[in-house]
Amino acid sequence: MSTISLKVNGQLHRVETDPSTPLLFVLSDELGLRGPKFGCGMAQCGSCTVILRGQAVRSCVMSVSSVGNDEITTLEGLGTPDKPHPIQQAFIDEGAAQCGFCLNGVILSAKAALDEKPRASDEEIRQALGGVLCRCFAHVRILRAIRKYADSRKA
Amino acid sequence: MSVSRRDFLKTSGALVVSFSATSLLGSYAMGQGPFDTHRSHIDPAQLDSWLAVSADGTVTAFSGKCDFGQGMLTVQTQLVAEELCVHLHTVKIVQCDTAVCPDQGTTSGSQSTPTNFNLRNLAQAAATARETLVGMAAKQLNESANQLTVADGIITGKSGHRVTYAQLIGSKRFNVPLNAVAKRRSPDRWTVLGKPVPSLDRVALMTGQFEFVHNVHVPGMVHGRVVRPPEVGATLSSVDENSVRGIPGFVKVVVRKNFVGVVAEKQWQAVQAARQLKVDWGPSRELSPQASFYETMRKQPSEDSLLVDSKDVEDQLSRASTVMRATYAYPYQMHGSVGTSCAVADVKGDRATIWSATQSVYPTRSIVAKILALPVDHVRVIYVRGSGCYGLNGADTVSLDAALLSHAVGRPVRVQLSRQDEMAWENFGAACVIEQRAGIDQSGAIVAWACENWQTSRGGRPGYDQPGNIITGTLLGYDPETTTPHAATPPKEQVRNRSNAVPSYFAGCVGDQCAGAGIIRSERVLTHEVDSPFFTGPLRSPLRLQNTFAHECFMDEIAAQIKADPVSLRLKHLRDERVIDVVKAAAKVAEWENRPSPKPGIPRSGITNGRGISCVAYEGDNGYAALVAEVAVDLTSGQVHAKKFVVAIDAGPVSNPDGLRNQTEGGILQGMSRALGERVTWDSRKVTSFDWQTYNSLYLDLAAPKIDVVIVDRMNVPALGAGETAITLVAAALGNAIFDATGVRLREAPFTAERVRTGLHAPASQEKAS
Repeated sequence: MSTISLKVNGQLHRVETDPSTPLLFVLSDELGLRGPKFGCGMAQCGSCTVILRGQAVRSCVMSVSSVGNDEITTLEGLGTPDKPHPIQQAFIDEGAAQCGFCLNGVILSAKAALDEKPRASDEEIRQALGGVLCRCFAHVRILRAIRKYADSRKA
Repeated sequence: MSVSRRDFLKTSGALVVSFSATSLLGSYAMGQGPFDTHRSHIDPAQLDSWLAVSADGTVTAFSGKCDFGQGMLTVQTQLVAEELCVHLHTVKIVQCDTAVCPDQGTTSGSQSTPTNFNLRNLAQAAATARETLVGMAAKQLNESANQLTVADGIITGKSGHRVTYAQLIGSKRFNVPLNAVAKRRSPDRWTVLGKPVPSLDRVALMTGQFEFVHNVHVPGMVHGRVVRPPEVGATLSSVDENSVRGIPGFVKVVVRKNFVGVVAEKQWQAVQAARQLKVDWGPSRELSPQASFYETMRKQPSEDSLLVDSKDVEDQLSRASTVMRATYAYPYQMHGSVGTSCAVADVKGDRATIWSATQSVYPTRSIVAKILALPVDHVRVIYVRGSGCYGLNGADTVSLDAALLSHAVGRPVRVQLSRQDEMAWENFGAACVIEQRAGIDQSGAIVAWACENWQTSRGGRPGYDQPGNIITGTLLGYDPETTTPHAATPPKEQVRNRSNAVPSYFAGCVGDQCAGAGIIRSERVLTHEVDSPFFTGPLRSPLRLQNTFAHECFMDEIAAQIKADPVSLRLKHLRDERVIDVVKAAAKVAEWENRPSPKPGIPRSGITNGRGISCVAYEGDNGYAALVAEVAVDLTSGQVHAKKFVVAIDAGPVSNPDGLRNQTEGGILQGMSRALGERVTWDSRKVTSFDWQTYNSLYLDLAAPKIDVVIVDRMNVPALGAGETAITLVAAALGNAIFDATGVRLREAPFTAERVRTGLHAPASQEKAS
């Protein structure tokens, strides 16, 4: 057990934990965050995605001790129900979900990709979602919402 | 149960009701309800079981049908608001909590809309409440009921005097039975139902605030993981608890017969303990080789049913000018929920509470009571949404896992399955083999058609008393339901086409009752249920999808054989207007070109395009749809790309068109993933498709095809299901489109690039129905 400091969504947390613990379990179990979720534990589905150093990363295969001082952003860190982030608003407007379990990985992966390349083409957006799985197959609406957000940023 | 509806209402919001919870709960202790219930303490015949109006006018409705992401929460809220004439935001639905909701069995099979939106249950409760309140207002205002108007929970008399629902009934019981003839709001006057109301969970989902069962935290909660056998049928020899004692936070190893689980303070510790625990397992069962499995299925003893038999099929076939024969095969497939299944259980003394994503809270309550030997009414199961399940995924089994572990340690335990445990042991969608024979006369009419279907089965939904139907129950020593081989008896009852084993083109005559959607009178459908080496269970459109694949592809083969246009041949053999209408609607919007398949002038290389159609009367009478698929096939790689789908759907009066579209779009793409790539694989001892590298699902990078959803809205008919209608059609429409594009008929799903390539290189004669 060691004490680890984590900066998550603008707040500093100190947690007592085994340093080899996957970041995901600390976020969900210790900090009670609902965004990042366990889907496979093998970085195959994207459910556990967080943004770290501007990149969408898989928190299920990353030990909490490897995070360091960089800030972690989770889905709830983007916006709030009263003031959703524009990408969240685009998903709300398009009704781009069924069960919604995958959204954490979908929204954060798309956001990180568009932050890096604001004028990404549909093809590039799709590539950024290559490792993200939605088994309800809400693809049509998801891609429409991301396009809408991307276009609104350009404007 | 210690939790009363009053407590529940108190704690779940500002709503406080003053009726005696005890009297409400006690009134139906031993009743056998109309929902296939065993015991429910909540009498579905009483209005108060479904609905309460608080002093502030808030309406709380209690439903036994819950939302897995298909929008049932939203449409049920719309339903209550519409029938009760109140604003949408004053209605709160409590879903599937055995302490407070009526037992409506299982939320499945596209049955929630038919169950709750027609002339009974939730809809009739809301209508009864409105009529009761109007009657009360008439007395109070001293006016006749038919002169009163109702809007937003306010009843206004001709005199202009008004009284609110809250003033009339606020926090009091109605004490009236459900009125089966309470007048329903006419669909042509709907103001809330029928509208594309945005799903109510949307904002919470998109902002990471939504509570899934995975997010349930109970004070004092610890974490469990299970250790499943490494191979099918292996039994436990020994467990070495010392192998994990040193793990920090270790709480306990739990062993019961062949069930093994570990509990630790933290999730990571539980994961490590499950990985490190030394377990010796005995010998496993040898599995039938996958390569010859479909042949093996057909040779097994089987439980046979004859759904329809005109007894003249062989005679008609012998006289037909052309006889066609083809055999189709469909693999085991998985629910493959993106989140592995999770549940939290709190078992203390002789009472248990389970937070579960089960589709069946009451049956799960009975099963938990059975395996823990607790009185049924000491168990409470609370539904909390999980990852989309699409049928019987691991939600039930993990609920039992959590219950067992919590029972063993006396603390609340959260269990989430590993990806491997989820995928290797779930109740797969059944593998099927379907053999078709048809005779055609000189004029191009189908004169006789016989289907013979082999379907695998082991276990299934546990129901109220079959824990062995899922893996945890089997490990505890309960037996799964298996088949009882026997020959078929002649059909006696009218055809009920629940599994779509009967093609839409059959007249479906038993005696003088003809319940089929078509006109073919010389008809025979024989099904064989055979034992499965793996657990099976309902997976979105169970058997309906497999059967429809075989029927609708075979219809296409017949059309090709006689060089008929596939739409025209269908219309010529259909009788049911609702199927005819969706076929016409889809063909029209898709700008269907009237010609036979395959298309003329198929290129020898490069990309070739094609189109295909399929249609279904889902479950015979629970939704109608037709689908046109347009594909591009790469003749070098064999890769199939769906370019466009047009689906016409008739689900009766539509409660929420946006919800229906969302469901239909998802169903089509899920059907495409299943048709093009998904199949369970195994070696001689175990399932080998146990993660997303070994089980082939489409990801979000797919170039999604355009999907046109054409809603054929019918107002004055019962509301039907829509959850599974579209997916039922996809494999057939794609198979037919691939044939149109290439001339290659694929009779085994999935249509992998390799199979397309093999077909392209095979001698042409093999591709024709023999």
